[in-house]
Amino acid sequence: MIDILEGLKAAFWLVVSFDAELWEISLRSLRVTLTALVIASLIAIPLGTYLAVQRFRYRRFIISLINALMGLPPVVIGLIVYILLSRSGPFGVLNLLFTPTAMIIAQVIIITPVIASIAHQAMRELWAEYHDLLISLNTTKWQRIVTLIRDGRRNLLTAALAGFGRAIGEVGAIMIVGGNIDHVTRVLTTAIALETGKGDFALALGLGFVLIGIAIVVNLAIHTLSRTEREGRW
Amino acid sequence: MVSAKFPLKLHQVLVRRRGKTVIGPVDLELGPQGATMILGPNGSGKTTLLRVMHGIERISSGSVQWEDDDPAKHAFVFQSPVVLRRTVAQNLAYPLELLKLPKLTVKTSVAEWLGRIGLQGKADMSATRLSGGERQKLAIARALIRKPDVLFLDEPCANLDGHATREIEAILQEATAAGTRLVMATHDMGQARRLAHDLVFMLNGKIHETGGADSIFECPKTKELTAFLNGDIVV
Repeated sequence: MIDILEGLKAAFWLVVSFDAELWEISLRSLRVTLTALVIASLIAIPLGTYLAVQRFRYRRFIISLINALMGLPPVVIGLIVYILLSRSGPFGVLNLLFTPTAMIIAQVIIITPVIASIAHQAMRELWAEYHDLLISLNTTKWQRIVTLIRDGRRNLLTAALAGFGRAIGEVGAIMIVGGNIDHVTRVLTTAIALETGKGDFALALGLGFVLIGIAIVVNLAIHTLSRTEREGRW
Repeated sequence: MVSAKFPLKLHQVLVRRRGKTVIGPVDLELGPQGATMILGPNGSGKTTLLRVMHGIERISSGSVQWEDDDPAKHAFVFQSPVVLRRTVAQNLAYPLELLKLPKLTVKTSVAEWLGRIGLQGKADMSATRLSGGERQKLAIARALIRKPDVLFLDEPCANLDGHATREIEAILQEATAAGTRLVMATHDMGQARRLAHDLVFMLNGKIHETGGADSIFECPKTKELTAFLNGDIVV
């Protein structure tokens, strides 16, 4: 209990004193996570919607595979990305290992199945509602996908926020591919792991509370900007 | 521009699902004008027949032939009105936006139709908040806004009160007067008498009797249709 209070105190002081390192780490966390989120959403949302409206061979297999990939251990993904980006790997020539880009790649791989799976579920329900109307209006496949994404945007936002939550709190993969290098690839989660290892629990907890605070603020900001819950039926 | 030109001919149309015959074999020819009402008890195949004619139901055998067909010139109104999760005005604009019409044309048409269905005060309200009658009026207006040659309606007034039914019938009568061909499933005898020029009576997936509305109402040929018109239970 004392540790938690100390952590809260540390978090408070870190924030009110505008600690330069905290700002740097927090901004890097946000930059890496939001970049990964945008890339993953651009892949996952059209994919989830396409899987909802299109019937084709192996469709069920792909859906099952995406659902299974949601549970992939981030450490394993980190390891695979590490091998691919390491000097002897196929993409070693790009020199991406231990850079924020490597961290973004790992996060994209981790959260794309999460967003795609939730997006598919949401779009499947909306497609069931719209199916007859859109077919009767003789819409093209592209028009159906665009209509579903537009009208289901609030549900898709939930999918994206689930991906954001998974990415912002991720530590295993980005520790492996980023290396937790000070002023280069250190983010809030890897800093928390480092401070815990050093035995500075108060600072680790303080960083943890800052991380939770950022996650809440980003969620609230996105909900407010997208006017979620303002046009409900009841 | 291609249109949906009548006659529409259905020849030996059969729809089977999971080994069971839903409708057929059906032979039917619809002429170019007026309003055709498809009557029949629940499960007689009215909805399936409409969907087949509109081209959204796959047939197992037979043929559906239009003199000249453009699916964009058909429209369909479902028994449970489907509204997009958008505002009332955006729902009306949607079919026109699909045709990539100029924004001004879309805006003018939407304003005109909002007035015709009495929803101008609710233009910016979410369509999901409308009452059942308002939703159905919106669905019909959204179907008619493209000026279709033919409008298929699947019991559009089921579960609506008299006032809403009268409003919808007025819109349909206007559409018929403007040249839109109506093909509508109903089991509301009063509505059929008010709107129909021709009748198709379906029973157990087959067309049991067809003809002009006046002659059928005055002198039905089969005992099943006589019983149906008298409000008796027909199975």
